[in-house]
This record gives sequence, C-alpha cells and structure tokens, in this order.
Amino acid sequence: MNKRALVGLLILLALLLVAPALLGGYGLSVLILVLYFAYVGQAWNIMMGFAGQLSLGHALYAGIGGYVAAGLYFHYGIGPWMGVFAAVSAAVAAGAVVGYLGFRFSLAGVYFALLTIAFGEFTRIGFDNWPWAGGSGGLFLKVERGVSDLANLRGGAVMFYYVILALAVGAFVLCRFLLESRLGRYWLAIREDAEAAQAVGVPVFRCKMLAVTISAALTALGGVWNAFYYNNLFPETAFSVGRSIEMTLSPIIGGLGTLFGPIVGAVVLTGMGEVFTDLSDQFHIPGLKQIFYGLALMIIVMYRPAGVWPWIATRLGFGEQRK
Amino acid sequence: MNKKMHLTRRHIGRAALAGATLMGAPLPLRHAFAQSAGDLKIALLLPTSGGQAQIGQACKRGADVANAVLADMKIPAKLDIVTYDTETKADVARTQAEKAIAAGAHALVGAFDSGQTIAIAQVAEQKGVPLIVNIAAAPPLTESGYKFIVRNFPTAPMLLSGGFMMQKEVFKASGATPKTAVLLSVNDTFGTAMVGGIKAMFPKLGMPYELVDVITYDAAAKDLSVEVAKAKATKAELLMMVSRLTDGKLIIQELVKQRWEPMLINPGAPGTYEEDFIKTTGKYGEYLLSMEPWMDPKSAMTASLEKHHVAQFPKDQFDLDAGFTFEAMLIAAQAWIAAKSTKADALMDALRKVKIDQHVMIGGPIQFDAKGQNVNIGVAALQNLKRAPTVVLPQASAMAPLVFPQPGWNDKRRT
Amino acid sequence: MSQDFLLSLAQAITKGLLTGMVYGLMALGLSVIFGVMRVVNFAHGEMMVVGMYLAWAAFDYAGIHPLFSLPVIALLFFGLGYGLQRGLIQPFINRPEHQQFLLLLAVATIVVNVCLAVAGPDSRGIQLESQFDSYELGPLVFDAVRVHAAIAAVVIAALLWLFFTHTRIGKSIRAAADNHMGALVVGLDVRKLYAITFGVGAACVGAAGALMITIIPVTPFLAAEYTLLAFVIVIVGGLGSMTGALLGGLLIGVSEAVAGLLIDPSLKSMFSFGLLIVVLLLRPQGLMGRKDSR
Repeated sequence: MNKRALVGLLILLALLLVAPALLGGYGLSVLILVLYFAYVGQAWNIMMGFAGQLSLGHALYAGIGGYVAAGLYFHYGIGPWMGVFAAVSAAVAAGAVVGYLGFRFSLAGVYFALLTIAFGEFTRIGFDNWPWAGGSGGLFLKVERGVSDLANLRGGAVMFYYVILALAVGAFVLCRFLLESRLGRYWLAIREDAEAAQAVGVPVFRCKMLAVTISAALTALGGVWNAFYYNNLFPETAFSVGRSIEMTLSPIIGGLGTLFGPIVGAVVLTGMGEVFTDLSDQFHIPGLKQIFYGLALMIIVMYRPAGVWPWIATRLGFGEQRK
Repeated sequence: MNKKMHLTRRHIGRAALAGATLMGAPLPLRHAFAQSAGDLKIALLLPTSGGQAQIGQACKRGADVANAVLADMKIPAKLDIVTYDTETKADVARTQAEKAIAAGAHALVGAFDSGQTIAIAQVAEQKGVPLIVNIAAAPPLTESGYKFIVRNFPTAPMLLSGGFMMQKEVFKASGATPKTAVLLSVNDTFGTAMVGGIKAMFPKLGMPYELVDVITYDAAAKDLSVEVAKAKATKAELLMMVSRLTDGKLIIQELVKQRWEPMLINPGAPGTYEEDFIKTTGKYGEYLLSMEPWMDPKSAMTASLEKHHVAQFPKDQFDLDAGFTFEAMLIAAQAWIAAKSTKADALMDALRKVKIDQHVMIGGPIQFDAKGQNVNIGVAALQNLKRAPTVVLPQASAMAPLVFPQPGWNDKRRT
Repeated sequence: MSQDFLLSLAQAITKGLLTGMVYGLMALGLSVIFGVMRVVNFAHGEMMVVGMYLAWAAFDYAGIHPLFSLPVIALLFFGLGYGLQRGLIQPFINRPEHQQFLLLLAVATIVVNVCLAVAGPDSRGIQLESQFDSYELGPLVFDAVRVHAAIAAVVIAALLWLFFTHTRIGKSIRAAADNHMGALVVGLDVRKLYAITFGVGAACVGAAGALMITIIPVTPFLAAEYTLLAFVIVIVGGLGSMTGALLGGLLIGVSEAVAGLLIDPSLKSMFSFGLLIVVLLLRPQGLMGRKDSR
C-alpha cells in the first residue's frame, strides 16, 4: 500500500467515525448494511479470495453464531460478549467439519461449493425441528425503547453502527496481517496451484483448514451482530442459500482476493440496491428492482471480471492489486 | 381462465406504460421529494416481491381502495399512502422503514410477515413513529414491550382458540359432533406453528373429540396419497387440514380418489377459501369449512370495500388480506381525526384510545389493550358455497345456513 | 410387515418413479451442459419455471395441451439456449468458476423477476381431465398425468441419446467434450458445438417444465428450489453423465415418495441432503460418472 492510499484510508476512517452525526436514520441504516456486507465479505474472502475455496454455504456459520449467542441470551440471560465465545466455537467446529470432509476427500470447485450448500440446508432443516432454537417459528429477542446497554448489545442503531464498524476495521487489519504472513503466502500458493504448492512443501491441508476455521469464526461474529441487531432469527432465512450468496457478492464484485474489494463491493452493491429501489418505486412493477440489480451484476462481471476495486485502484494510483 | 388472461394483460399493459415513462423520467430519489400536502402520510411496507409477493400484493389492494371507501363512509380523512417493497427480507424491511420515516411518514403499516414486522417495529420504536400491524401472528410482536405498535390481527394462539371455539358452535348448530379427529398438516413455518399450538392448547380447549393422530408432510410434497391413507386408517370422524393452496388441492383429490368422507374442517390455515383452490377442486371443494377471521358481510363498510375492490381489481379475490390492510388504514384515519394532528405522540395516544365500532372484519369494536393488541377480533366459520367462501357462523353475520357434516363426494347437492 | 404397508410402499415407489422421470429430464439438461462445456448452469431451475409458464400460457389462452405445446417450447428453448450461450456464456467458458456462477446468478435473478412482473406472483396451474384419471395394474394405481409425463420424458431422453450417438453433430459434441484440444485440431467448430449443446440442454429443461406443469402449479419463486433439486440429482447420478442424471432423477423421485412413509416427513429433505453429502464424499463422480469428471 502506498502513501496516497494510506492517507485516503485515514480520511475514510475519520468520515466513518463521525458519520452517525452527519447522517439521518435512513442513511445510517444503509451504511450499517454496507459495513455488514463488507465485514462478512471480508470473512468469506479469506476462504475464496485468499485460499481459493469456493464456499456457497457461509450462512451456516453466521446462522450458527447468531443462534448460539441469541439462544444463550434468550434462555439463560448470558450476554453476547460471553455468548460470542460459544458462538464462535460452534461455528469453528462446523467449519472444521465441512473443511475436514471437503479437503480430506479433496473436493474442489463446484463440488466443494455444493458440499457447503448441502451442509447449510441440512442444518436449516435441523433448526426447523429444534424447539430450543424456536423451531421454524423463529427465535425473538426482547427489545426495549431507550435502552443503550453495550454489555448486552441492547440499544439503538448508532451503537450497532459502531460495533459493526469496529468489526469491519478489525477484519480489515486482520486480513492485511494474514496476507502478509507466511500463512497468507501459502494460501496464495494453494489458490494458484494446490498441487504445486504441495510439491514444494506447503502444508496444504492444514492451511486450508485454517482458512475455513478463521473464516467461519469471523462470519459467526457477524452472525451474532446480525442476530442482536434484528432481534429475530428464522432457520428459513438465517441458513438460506440466498443469504450465503449475498455474502459472496461484495468480494466478487469488489475484487476477489483484495483487501478493499469486499468494502468497495459492499458500497457498490448496497448503493445500487437503494438507487434501484427508488427508481423502480416509480413504476409499481414488483420485481423491477431485482431485474435492474441482475442486469448490473451481469454488466460488472462481464466488463470488470476481476472486480471494481482493482480498476479503481489503478485509476486513482493506489497500489493494491490482486495478490 | 378468462380471469387470468385479463390479469396478465393488465400486468403487461402496466409494464409497457412503465417502460414508456422510464424513457422520459428523471431519477428523483423519492425521499428527497416528500410531498407536503396536509394529508396523513402513511408508509405501507409489504413484501410485494420475493417469496411472499402474492400475499403482499393482495394486502396492497386493500390499501389501494382505502380512500374511496373512506369517502363512501363519509369519514373525513384522505390518506397519502406510499408503498415500500420489503422484498420478503427483514434487512430490506428495516432500511425501507428508515427510508419511509426519513421521507416524512406519520405512521407505518405492515408487513404481513412476523420477521419483517419485528424489524420494522424496532425502527418505529426508536424513531417514535406509530406502527399499525395489518397482518402478523407471532405473539412476541405485542409481548416485547414495544410502545409504538398496535396490532389489528389475532396472535396465533388467539386465532387457534377462536377457531376451536367456533368449531364447537358448528357442532352445536348442526347437531353433529365427531368423537375422534385426525390432524393433517403441512410442516412449513406456518403449519409447524399451528400444530405446535394445537398440541399445546388442545387439553385446555375442552373439545368434544379426541385427537387420535397428527400427520405432517413436507411443504414441497407433490403427492399426498400416503398421508391421506394414513389418516384414513385412523378411522377418525373429523379430518382437520392445515394446508396451503397446492397441497390442499392434493388432499381433496386424494380424499375423493380414496372415497373417504370424513367431516372436514380447516382450523385456521389459508388455502381452502382461496379462489384458485375453489376453482380447481370444483364441486369437491364445495361445503368445506374454514375457521378464519373474515369480513363481516353485513357491515356497510364491507359492502363499500368489496364494491371498490371488485371495481378496481375485478379479477382478484376479495379476501382477508385486503380486509385487514384496509382496516389498518381505517384505524390510522380514525386516530388522525381524533388526534387532530399528524404528530407521532398525539397519533399514538389516539391509537391507544381508539374505539371503532363501524369497521370491516367480524368481531367487536377495534380497540387495543395496554400491549397494543386488538382482542376483539372474531373468527368466522366460512363455508365454500356456490364457489365462494360464505360466512355461515356467527349467526349475526351469516349469509347462508351451515351444511354440516359435508355431503358425500357423490351427493346430488354437489354441483 | 403388513400387506397394506407393502402395497402403499409399492404405490409410493411407482409414483416416485413416474415423477422421477420428469426430474431426470430436467437434470439431464444441466448434466449435458456441464458434461460438454464444464459450465454449471445456476439458472437451471429458473429456465424450468419459464418452461412451465409457457406451457401454462399456451393452455390458458389457447387451450393447447402441454404435451402438444411441448415440442414448440423445446424448440423455442433450443433457440434461447443457443443465443444465450453465443451472446453471454461463450466468453465465460474459460473464466474461473465464481465468475460463471455470478453471471448465471444474474441471469437467474432477472428471469425470476421478469416472471413475477409479467405473470404475477399467484400460483398458476392447469386443469386437465386426466388429473382425475388413473390406470390400474393389479392392485397398483397409476395417475394418468404422471404416466403421460413419464412416457414423454422417456421418449425425449431416447431422442437425445439417438442425437448423441447417431448424428454427426452429436458425435462431434461428444468428441469436443472428451478432448477439447483434439476437436480443435481436427477442425471442429467448437463454439458452435457448445452453443448447440447449451440449446439442447435448455430444450430438455423447457420440455421438463411443460411436463411438470401437468403435475404441479408454478410460481416464480419455485425456481431456486428446482435449481437445487437439479443439482442434488446430477451430483447423485454423476455430473456430466446422461444415464446418471436419469438414474438420479428416479432415485430422488422415489426417495421423496418413500421417505414420507418410512421416516418423519418433516426430516425428509434432510435425508436427501445427507445423501448428497455422502455421495459427494465417497463417490464425487456420482453413481454413473466417470472418475475424471471431477
């Protein structure tokens, strides 16, 4: 990263810190969505962008994380800052199972992706039939007006904004650190050519396992945040394939394997979604927004297949390229 | 058949019109252009696209004719209703609610689905903007201590116990009381909640029959011969079906094929009163009983609502989605008139005190308890008669006499 | 086991086999496309839903029985598939999987929502006399609509087999699938062959849609479910294998029907995803797939 990029980054961070004072409720809620998708996108990017393993079942980790933390709070009054350890552990365990099976039996590409989908669906139906988690009727957290209780993550949008901002910044820093580390270089080697990496002594299996567990852990944190922000969980949405696919979009559109890709992708996609909603609201045709959205996705993947960020970065003279 | 043709033509026509407008339209962001007339601004949040689009659009029709009905009824209120699409997603519902409030909405109405409604309720709560729930049955909505929410729809337990009480009325009125019953249910979110509720509540209901078995089937099932055969094997006198549209049809087809003629009651699920069900099952769908909250056919307001609904949407069924969504608009209008202000606190205050005697749905006057729940909503026994869902009980609203138990599949009364 | 139980089991299996044939035809399209050009069609269920809508519209407006509109729909879908491959997918043939995935996801999103905007969200079904008919064979009862659909599916699959084994184009396509380089060397127009393949795959799924509408009604949002179902079938049968897709369709059809009888119906789909996981791990090439198709 060059100096110019660093200055840009600091200005951006400063703006984000004061954003709640500048934005209204609507602007803030959109920015929260941007940060959420940037954060889970960053987590997913570790799997796919760094280590080259296509997961289409990341809703599994977010769902497990959210359910565990919300369930502990709901049933035993255990706050999320404690519950998060259980949540992350559970998601890491799930990630380890998926990863172990997938990598041990050397599934790759579409086959690995389908395995992740299958596990997500499997879990969804399980939660549908699990009374502790509220079954298919859903799990609801109690909400109180005017409360701002950071210890239990109960409060208004501004609090959740700062929490997700902290998570997004933390994930960014962590990913940068990981990329620079030996592990990060191993991942890139595996992504480019797993067999060659194995041949030169990269511990391929262990590195892949680390990728899936770290990614699952980060995603689970996002899931916990999500559960406490929305205060309700349904297996049908929490574990849905659609939820998993949403998580993959920001990094792919933004620039797979880059640090800024998930962030830029989240800005582009969420912004696009809002503009298209406004646009299509004028015509009262249900589904029009999604048609626009689909067209935009198509155009981006056709003309900027490596993502939007690498293109912007070269234009603006920031150094980062896909490593 | 004709119906669909028209519907589709209208859709296509609308699309073409929209396309034409698209050419010349600037791209104003709506929230930047909040109109500033003196009307009460209502944001209607509904899933008009995504998996729940069908119901979302049915709800919207009730709101689309609301002003015409209010004018008919000489209620001096004109509502400025703007619809926001939640895309059947809770996160979209939340940002749309924020957007609506930023655009100056004085009250929110929505949102059919409990998850999306809760997401909206939190925004309403934080911003102190009243939310009138048109449809959503999850109890936590009014059990979570929200101060800015009122719900004019029965909670799932209310719906069920009301439906079972109505069953007793049916037995009393007809003199036919089954001694055994079997429950056949779809296992989607709604069906599971229904079955759970029935199981939990059953011992306390004091029903005259014994529930001998509960059989569930997958929501995606394309064939229910096995399930119906299982139910038949219990030899129960009453079959309660909790189904949706497609599987409801399959159950009827199987009952006919397997020549089983139990008493047949839908204890509160959708499906069996819907137009498509009635059309497809033909004479076999006749006489089926459904326990539902429904429009009171003897209310003048219902007559007006139905008239405008038929006029504006001649090819769409007039059902409880439109009824409840209209009532949400009515509640907003009455609260506004009482409050003489569009200020949130005044509106909310008026909502809490509202008592609306003349309305659309069967039940007592619309008023809300301390939690914001309307506890006066009634349940009707609906019977499919002459290819239309018809209120047969309670007596005060009945449009036709009850026929129970249902005539056999080959009975001459089925035509 | 009682006689009653055995009879209902046999009944469930026959129904499963009949529905399974239509599933197989749907999955066949996905499998053919993947087998030849290694592109996974993530918009497969969406195409199926369009086929269902077209058959519904033909019946509703003109009273044309789906079995008769089927050839027209298949032909139309061949053209659509051909054009889609030429215009959109060809440039993506050698791109990484996630880009292909995103492209077809975008196609899927557009298709579903165009269906919503044009046909509305209501479920659209057709009413045929044959839906209340059945054939009897000893103690077994066969639903007439399912029998018709299954026969049609078998005929189409047979035609497809003839196409791939007895026509020059079909043989060339198989050659290109086996050895891309070799095909280029001997001067085959691989691009054109790919477009034809995609057209054939699309025709299969369009035909399957026309048959499916006789069994169940359609809504736009069924699409994602069908895509997933097609995946489960081809993975179990073997991605890229034609017989595998048909076999997978039968297996899933039967397991769907029998599961309601043997295990808790609400856990039924958990069972089929469990099956998918086991097959992925133990035999990722599927039951009928070749080892190298992985």
